[in-house]
Amino acid sequence: MTEEILAVNNLHVSFKTQTGTVTAIRGVNFKLNKGETLAIVGESGSGKSVTAKTIMRLLPKHNTLISEGDITYEGRDLLNLSLSDMQKVRGSEIAMVFQDPMTSLNPTMRIGKQIMEGLLKHQHLSKKVAKQKALEMLELVGIPNAKERLEAYPHQFSGGMRQRVVIAMALACNPRILIADEPTTALDVTIQAQILQLMKDLQEKMDTAIILITHDLGVVANMADRVAVMYAGEIVEQGTLDEIFYQPQHPYTLGLLRSMPNLSASRSEPLIPIPGSPPDLATLGTGCPFAARCPYTMKVCHDFLPEHTHLNESHTVMCWLQDARTPLTHIPEEVGSAK
Amino acid sequence: MIVTLFIIITLTFFLMQFLPGTPFTNPEKLSDKQLVILNAKYGLDQPAAIQYVRYIGNLLQGDLGYSFQYEGRTVKSMIVDRVGPSALIGLQALIFGTLVGLVLGIISALKHNTILDYGSVTLAVLGMSIPSFVFAALLQYYIGVKLEWLPVALWESYDSTLLPSFALSVTVIATVARFIRSEMLEVLGQDYVITARSKGLRESVVVTRHVIRNALIPVVTMLGPLAVSIMTGTLVIEKIFGVPGLGEQFTLSILVLDYSVIMGITLFYSTLFIVIVFIVDLLYGFLDPRIEYKEGGQV
Repeated sequence: MTEEILAVNNLHVSFKTQTGTVTAIRGVNFKLNKGETLAIVGESGSGKSVTAKTIMRLLPKHNTLISEGDITYEGRDLLNLSLSDMQKVRGSEIAMVFQDPMTSLNPTMRIGKQIMEGLLKHQHLSKKVAKQKALEMLELVGIPNAKERLEAYPHQFSGGMRQRVVIAMALACNPRILIADEPTTALDVTIQAQILQLMKDLQEKMDTAIILITHDLGVVANMADRVAVMYAGEIVEQGTLDEIFYQPQHPYTLGLLRSMPNLSASRSEPLIPIPGSPPDLATLGTGCPFAARCPYTMKVCHDFLPEHTHLNESHTVMCWLQDARTPLTHIPEEVGSAK
Repeated sequence: MIVTLFIIITLTFFLMQFLPGTPFTNPEKLSDKQLVILNAKYGLDQPAAIQYVRYIGNLLQGDLGYSFQYEGRTVKSMIVDRVGPSALIGLQALIFGTLVGLVLGIISALKHNTILDYGSVTLAVLGMSIPSFVFAALLQYYIGVKLEWLPVALWESYDSTLLPSFALSVTVIATVARFIRSEMLEVLGQDYVITARSKGLRESVVVTRHVIRNALIPVVTMLGPLAVSIMTGTLVIEKIFGVPGLGEQFTLSILVLDYSVIMGITLFYSTLFIVIVFIVDLLYGFLDPRIEYKEGGQV
């Protein structure tokens, strides 16, 4: 079960902008095991989507700089593959589902054809077989009248149905990894649940590993086996679902959980938002990027970046509070200590 | 469509009445008696309203009347005689201009922010801002007189059609290039292009199958206005190159106040324009699956 399929090591990605270079990803490390779901959570601009697009190498070349790090998929370094080799990986081994189903389908191409494209390219099927396979995929994702719908255009579908089509398209070649970039953000809550259930079912059937990018902790609780919390281009805490939800060690993770509405909590218990807003990545100092918003800051936080502390085999946190050198007296009760 | 034509006819007819002068070249040399006879012959002795009603009446029977300038020639036969050369250079200019414009614009979008891009944008702006008769004169001088590659003017062989077509196509090239460039850039930034790339398609496939087709659709709407600009362009270009076309006849007729010919050609141009716009609309619906035409209903 815990066979590693993808490893991202010390990834740094920056963008050249008119005002200078902005580093969006500042040393991201994570591993993905076969068949599991890893959720990457974080606020807008924390680098979730950039991480996903870097894995797929879909960022525009002219202003992107991957200055450090490597991404290993099945022993191959994706960042150093030739473009044509990368194109063989895309869609057939690692596929992606995007946020907005309204814009992620080509409006002038029949959806059957859009599903078939990947099959024709990667599996070298005949058109007839590819069409049959596209039909099966549509049925699999629960589109009624699939046979007729193959000939339909995207505008003839509702948002939820379109996202089903996008998922069918992504899973058509039976990829090992599915990267879902906020797959339900643009959908109604009821449709969200359906789409998530669908992804879960298909994951079991096809044994696909999923990287789920979201800012919705409810979705995470439903889907994920492991969670990585991103903040300002770094993974500040990483652990199993239970570890993150029940023993959060980073003040940011704690803040995220506290700002989430909870049905079982009493009404008098207010939601506690995290004060302030995420830092501007262009003007980050040398300290912990969360220091300015953190209720537990110490002097060291403003000047030095904390290291990753391994609390146990699965749980890692990047916070001075958990550093071995921090005296126990400094650790607030809410955060707790694994030490 | 009929209503539009009717309004055009009415406006042109009455506006023409305000033009100073008479259709007769040397009215002072004609005796009063001759003038009365001539006016009566062409119906000019009647008030404008009566002339108008009579014209409409004839028109409904498909009769465009006789030319004032050329004794005994019908307007219809004049249009038929003259339309060939105009259509030939117009179509050549439209097809050549659209193709070159598309190639320039697409290259420019794909090589966005490179020298190629800046070069073709500069060319396009020049092409749009310099009037076609300036290009006509330049082409005549350099290609016709200096290099002697193509005939300077007149209508003798197929070669004679080339310079006027080039001169006309400059505006088309510039307009199409600019338009397709901005459409391409927009489509290239769309999510579905990233989706296409994420399927592992080759970049050339992404561009031809997903980008160009979607960028081309809006360009089709440009064809109507472009056809018009070519039609108006021919008025001057035909004069410069001595092409015996409809535009040349039109300018001539306006100068000598050949009422019936002016009306006839105006009517012809308007009909042509309306038909072109109609075809473009149909084409648009054919190319873009999101547009459907329902019988009797609204789109």
